[in-house]
Amino acid sequence: MKHIVKILSLLAAISAFWIGLLQAAIIPRSHTWLLPIYFVVSLGCYGLLMVGVGLMQFPTCPQEAVLLQKDITEAKEFFKHKGVDVGSD
Amino acid sequence: MADEKENIGEKKYKYSIIIPTYNERLNIAIIVYLIFNHLRDVDFEIIVVDDGSPDGTQDIVKQLQQLYGEDRILLRARAKKLGLGTAYIHGLKYATGDFVVIMDADLSHHPKYLPSFIKKQLETDASIVTGTRYVKDGGVHGWNLMRKLTSRGANVLAQTLLWPGVSDLTGSFRLYKKLVLEDVISSCVSKGYVFQMEMIVRASRKGYQIEEVPITFVDRVFGTSKLGGSEIVEYLKGLVYLLLTT
Repeated sequence: MKHIVKILSLLAAISAFWIGLLQAAIIPRSHTWLLPIYFVVSLGCYGLLMVGVGLMQFPTCPQEAVLLQKDITEAKEFFKHKGVDVGSD
Repeated sequence: MADEKENIGEKKYKYSIIIPTYNERLNIAIIVYLIFNHLRDVDFEIIVVDDGSPDGTQDIVKQLQQLYGEDRILLRARAKKLGLGTAYIHGLKYATGDFVVIMDADLSHHPKYLPSFIKKQLETDASIVTGTRYVKDGGVHGWNLMRKLTSRGANVLAQTLLWPGVSDLTGSFRLYKKLVLEDVISSCVSKGYVFQMEMIVRASRKGYQIEEVPITFVDRVFGTSKLGGSEIVEYLKGLVYLLLTT
């Protein structure tokens, strides 16, 4: 099934649950009305948290730039000996 | 100790490496040199799809063909800049390998990772092995904080909306089973990096097994702003398109 259908079904299930809570009044209705807002805000906060954590843990590799330069020099030397004119960057 | 290939099975596989180029005169030579260095015991061919580069890229490729053999390096050029997706399709027509590797010509993708792609595929029989920059042994060099932020934000958004099953959606260093690439590429219509996202998401939806290997990505295009407002809009539109149609 298409992905959007999966997402909509999930939202429908959550909505049905919410409506059920409203009708059953296990939680005071005033709280229940606010649940969707709590849900959206939590989702937003979770997203921001994931971005922040990911940013802090962002893998970097400065040594790779050095290694690449070495490879480039090595390749240029090789081609010079073989008479292939690669010109300059 | 027997040759590793004999341990894995009698069948010896061939790999076609498709590299689209535009004005990569120096880089294409270096990439070819590095590929030959790192794939010494592998049967492969390099297919250069050049879009009419004015800087003499095709001349260099022809010299490389003299050096390495015309059966190892195929030059399949096009008249002008026609886009990445069609470049892959064009290269695919000439690919005689069992597997196809796609990679960038600007040295942001280092050929030294090719053996790990091949090994991962042989171990898992995956349909697609994709390189990921965002895991511990991977990484990026040359991005400032803003670039990392947008990358990370874009990734979180895509993960939340699409549940793609891979950590690096916009990466373009990948190994495909040839038949899988042919199948997936025929159903993709996007352009640019959204195209790369569409490829991997469609493959995931079709149930193809996708594995990841860490890669490092050295961005040497300093100073050029690749992330402007219009790119962000294009990205968001791409996300919505993928959300609704995959």
